[in-house]
Amino acid sequence: MTGVARNRVLDWIKTNLFSSPFNIVLTFLLLFVATKLLWNFLDWAVLRAVWGGDAETCRHGAGGACWAYVRDKARYVLFGHYPYEQQWRPQLFVAIFFLLSLLTQFKRFWSKYLTAAWVVLPLGAAGLMWGGFFGLTHVEMEEWGGLPLTLALAFLGISASYPIGIVLALARRSEMPVIRALSVIYIEVIRGVPLISMLFMAAVMFPLFLPEGITISKVVRAQVAIIMFASAYMAEVVRGGLQSLAKGQYEAADAIGLSYTKKMVFVVLPQALKAVIAPTVNTFIGLFKDTSLVFIISLSDLMFTTQASLQDADWLGFTVEGYIFAAFVYFVFCYFISFSSSRLEKELKV
Amino acid sequence: MRIFIAVAALVFAAMSITAYAGKTLDAIKKRGRVRCGVSNGLPGFSSPDSKGKWKGLDVDVCRAFAAAVFGDSKKIDVVGLSAQQRFTALQSGEVDVLTRNTTHTLSRDTALGLNFAPVNYYDGQGFLVRKALGVKNARGLNGASICVIQGTTNERNLSDYFRKHKMKYKPVVMENNNELFKAFMAGRCDVFSTDASGLAAQRSKTKKPSELVILPDIISKEPLAPAVRHGDDEWLDIVKWTVYAMIAAEEMGITSRNVKRMKKSSDPDVQRLLGVIKGNGKAIGLTETWAYNIIKQVGNYGESFERNVGKNTPLKLARGLNGLWTTGKNGLMYAPPLK
Amino acid sequence: MHYDASGKGIGISSLWRDVTKRKYTIQVLVLVGVVVLFSVLINIASDSLQKQNIASGFGFLAREAAFEIGETLTSYSAESTFGEALLAGLLNTMLVALLGNFLAVIWGAVVGITSLSHNLLLARLARIYVDTLRNIPLLLQLFFWYALITEFLPAIRDALNPVPNVYLSQRGMFFPMPEWGATHGWALVALLVGGIAAIFLYRWQKLRQQHTGQLFPFYRVAAALLLVPPLLAWLIGGAPVELDVPVLQGFNFEGGLALTPEFLALSLGLVLYTGSFNAEIVRAGIESVKKGQKEAAVSLGLSRSQALRLVVLPQAVRVIIPPMTSQMLNLTKNSSLAVAIGYPDLVNVANTSMNQTGQAIECIVIIVFVYLSFSLMTSAFMNWYNHMTRLVER
Repeated sequence: MTGVARNRVLDWIKTNLFSSPFNIVLTFLLLFVATKLLWNFLDWAVLRAVWGGDAETCRHGAGGACWAYVRDKARYVLFGHYPYEQQWRPQLFVAIFFLLSLLTQFKRFWSKYLTAAWVVLPLGAAGLMWGGFFGLTHVEMEEWGGLPLTLALAFLGISASYPIGIVLALARRSEMPVIRALSVIYIEVIRGVPLISMLFMAAVMFPLFLPEGITISKVVRAQVAIIMFASAYMAEVVRGGLQSLAKGQYEAADAIGLSYTKKMVFVVLPQALKAVIAPTVNTFIGLFKDTSLVFIISLSDLMFTTQASLQDADWLGFTVEGYIFAAFVYFVFCYFISFSSSRLEKELKV
Repeated sequence: MRIFIAVAALVFAAMSITAYAGKTLDAIKKRGRVRCGVSNGLPGFSSPDSKGKWKGLDVDVCRAFAAAVFGDSKKIDVVGLSAQQRFTALQSGEVDVLTRNTTHTLSRDTALGLNFAPVNYYDGQGFLVRKALGVKNARGLNGASICVIQGTTNERNLSDYFRKHKMKYKPVVMENNNELFKAFMAGRCDVFSTDASGLAAQRSKTKKPSELVILPDIISKEPLAPAVRHGDDEWLDIVKWTVYAMIAAEEMGITSRNVKRMKKSSDPDVQRLLGVIKGNGKAIGLTETWAYNIIKQVGNYGESFERNVGKNTPLKLARGLNGLWTTGKNGLMYAPPLK
Repeated sequence: MHYDASGKGIGISSLWRDVTKRKYTIQVLVLVGVVVLFSVLINIASDSLQKQNIASGFGFLAREAAFEIGETLTSYSAESTFGEALLAGLLNTMLVALLGNFLAVIWGAVVGITSLSHNLLLARLARIYVDTLRNIPLLLQLFFWYALITEFLPAIRDALNPVPNVYLSQRGMFFPMPEWGATHGWALVALLVGGIAAIFLYRWQKLRQQHTGQLFPFYRVAAALLLVPPLLAWLIGGAPVELDVPVLQGFNFEGGLALTPEFLALSLGLVLYTGSFNAEIVRAGIESVKKGQKEAAVSLGLSRSQALRLVVLPQAVRVIIPPMTSQMLNLTKNSSLAVAIGYPDLVNVANTSMNQTGQAIECIVIIVFVYLSFSLMTSAFMNWYNHMTRLVER
C-alpha cells in the first residue's frame, strides 16, 4: 500500500467515523453493539444450528436455529397442496419466471421476442399447472399454492393494473366531466379503503352479485380485487407523471395535428411513464407484498403455507425459523424488483 | 379504449365461468361431480392426508352424495372453507352442500336462507385445559383467558354460559382454527373452547395428548348437520335421505362388507333400501341402487363413525349421543322408514 | 356518409364523427353503461337474497350481539347491541391509529435524521433497517411479533418483573395506574389551561419577534406552563399516590393497565413498518433543501441548530407533510390486518358480526363507509394544508 493510498483510507475513516469526540464514542459503541448482535445471530443461525434430521434432533441440538425444519417443510411452503408427484410443474413455473427476470436484466436481450416471451411463457406455464392435456392430470386452481400462487397473483396484478391505471389516469385528466368524475370517484374510493375490505368483498359479497348458476373461482375473484386495488394506486402514479410533463409537449403535439391517441401514445406517455419509474416500481413492490393478504380469505399463498407448516404437531416451536424463511423469500423478490428498477432507470438515463 | 377492451377480454377469459340452468341436481349432473364445502382441516371430520386426499366423517357424507347421484363415491370436489366464507359459498352456489360441522340453529335456518338435512353428528361445546392448571370443571374457569373461534355458535354460547353463572372471561378470538389452537398451545389462553369433537380432534394432533384434559361440562347443544340452499326441495330430499340411508343401514345391520349378501335378505325393509323392491329410487329421482351404492362404497353410519372418529382413531370418541336409538343407551340416531 | 359544408356530420353518424358531439356521445354511453351495470348487479343480489330468504337491511344493528370482545374502551358487554359492538371496534381502530401514527412519525423522524448522520456506521445501520422492513410484508411482520410475544415471553405465573409492579408475560404487559380521583380531574383541567396559555404565548412571541426582532425563550416557558399547573393542582389535592396495581389473581393479572399481546404486536408491527417509510420521507425531505440554504443561514450568523430549526426544517416540512399524511392513512388502513392476529378492531368485529348475522353486504358497507370518511377527512386536511403553505410568489 502506498503512502498516498493509506492516507486516503485514513482520511476516509476520519471524516466518516471519527470526525468529533462524540462520533468517536458513538462509533465504538455502535461497533460493539452491532458486532455483538451480529455474533449472537451468527451463533444462533450458523454455529449452533441444526441443519438436518427431524424435530427431535433439533430439540436435543445446541439450542441454535433449526434449519432442518426449513429443509423438511420448504417444499410444502413453496408449492402448497399441489399434488406431490406433479410438483415439477410449479417448479418449472417458478424457473421460467426466474429465467425471464434474469434475461430482462441485460439490455442486449431486450427485443420483441423477450416481450413476447413475457406474454407467452407465463401463460404457457400457467397452462402447464392447469394441465388436462398431453396426459397431464388436471389440477384445480384451489390446489395451487405457495410461491407460484403468490407470483401469479403479483405478475397478473402488475401486468393488468399498469394499463388500467394508465387509462384511469388519462380519464382523470380528460376534458369530459362525466369521465373525469367517474375516474375520480373510482380512484378515491378504492384508495380510501383497506385492501382487506376489497378481499372480503371478493370472498363473501361478490358471489351474491352474480347471476344464479355462474360461479367464479375464489382465486380469480381475489385476483380481480387485487387488480382493482392496484389500478387506483397506479393511476395516481401515472397522473404524477402526466402532471410533471411541460405544457409545451402537449401544445407541440396538438400543433402538428396529432390525434388524441397518437399524442398520448407517441409523445406524452413515453415521457410521463419514464419520469415515474421509481414510484411505479414502489407500487409494484407494494402489490407484491400485499398479495400476502389473501391469506386472510384463506387462499393458500406463500403466507398461508408458511402458517400452515408451523402448525404441524411434530414441528411445533420453530416459528422463528419458518418466518425467517418466508421473510427471506419475500425480501429476495422485493429487493430484486427494486434493484432492477434502479438499473432500468440508469439504462433509460432518466 | 382498445387496450381496455383487450384487458376486459383477458379478464373474462381468465374467469372459469360454469354456467348451468336451473336446479342444483341438474348442475351436479352436468358437472359430473358433487361440490362439498368442508372445514379447513379438522382431523376426523375433514382433513387432507399427507398426499392431499380429504378424509373424515364430513367427507364421507359428501362421498355418499356422490355415490347416490353417480354411483361413484370418488366424484367429489372438496372445498375447504373458513367459518366466515361457508355460508356465502353455499348461498352463491360455489358449493352444492355444506358438510362442514355446521350447527343447526333457528337463525341460520331462517335469516341465512339455509335448509338443514338430518343431524350427522350430535355435539356439544366443551373446554380443553392443560392438566397442570388443576381445573376440575367449568365453574372453576372464572377470570380465565379463553380461545374461541370467530363466527361460530361457540362464541355466543360461551358468553351465554358465563353470563348465566355470573362469571367473567377474557376472549381471544381468531378466525383460523389451527392458528388459534397454536396460540392456546403457546399459552396465550388458559382454555380452548369448541365442540367436544373438535377438542378431541385438536388434542389428538398434539405431541402429548395426555397433558391436556377435556372438562366434563358440556355447555351447549350442537347438532351438526349438512346444509343446502333454501328453495331447492329436490336436492334437499336427496341430501336428507342419503344421511338417513346410512343410519337405516346400520339399524338393519347392513355394512359395506355384507351388503351384497344382504340383497338376498327376506326383510322387505332391507329389500326396499337396497332397491331389490323398486320404488324408492324413482321417488327420490335417482337410480334404484342409490342406497346400495352408498353402503357399498362408503359404508353405514357406524362404519363411517368408527373409521374416522371412533375408539381406534386418535380421536377416541365414544358413540354416546351418536349411537343408534335401538342400543338402549342414549343414542339419538333414528332414521324414518325408507318406504 | 353525408357531410355538410363545414365538415360536420349529419344524422346519427355525426354523433361519432363530429368531434364535439362525440365527447357527449362517449360520456352518455359510459354513464349509461355504469348505471346499467350497477342496477343489474343490485337487482341480481336483491333477487337472490329474496329468493333464498336471506335477511337484509341494517336492523340487526339494534339486536343483542351476545358475543364478548377481548378489549374495549367502552362499557361493552355481551348484552350490548351489534351497533355498540361495531362502535367498540371503531374506537379500538382509532386508538391503534392515533397511537401508532404518533409513534411512527417520531420513530420515522429519528431514523430518517439518523440515516443522514455524519457517522457513516450509524447512517448505514439506519439504511439497513429501512431496506429490510420495507421489503417484507407487514402481515408477516405482525405474525412474527405476535409469535415472539406469545411463544418466547414467560408464562403468566413466571412473568418478568423488570420494574416493581410492571409485569411482562406472554399474556401482555401490565402496568400500575393511578387510582382515579377528583384531584386527577383537576390536574387534567390545569394541563388544559396551561396548554391553551402556551398557544397564546406562542402567537404573542411570534408577533413580537416579527415586530421587534427580539427572541423569546418560548420552549422553556411553554414546558413550565404545561408541567407546573398540573403538578400544583395535584399537590393542593393532597398529592394522592394510591396506585391501581396489577395483581395475579387466579388465571390472570387483575387491576392496573393491561396491554394485550394482540395490541402490542399490532402497534409494534405498524410503528416499525410505517416508521421505515416515514424515515425515507424525512430523509428525502431534508435532502430536498438545497445546501446553499443552510450555508447562507450559517454565514448570516445563525448557529447550526438555529439554521436547522429556522431555515432547513420549515422548507423540508413542506415536502415531508403530504407523503407523510398518506403514510398516516396507510397505517390506519393497515391496522385492519388486526383481524389476522385477533385484535378486535373495526374489521375484526365487523367480521364476527357478519358471521353471526350472515349479513355480509351490510357489514362490508359499514367498513367501507368508515374508512372512506377517514380518508376524506384526511384529504380535506391536506387541501387545507396545501393552501396554507403554498409558496406565495411575488
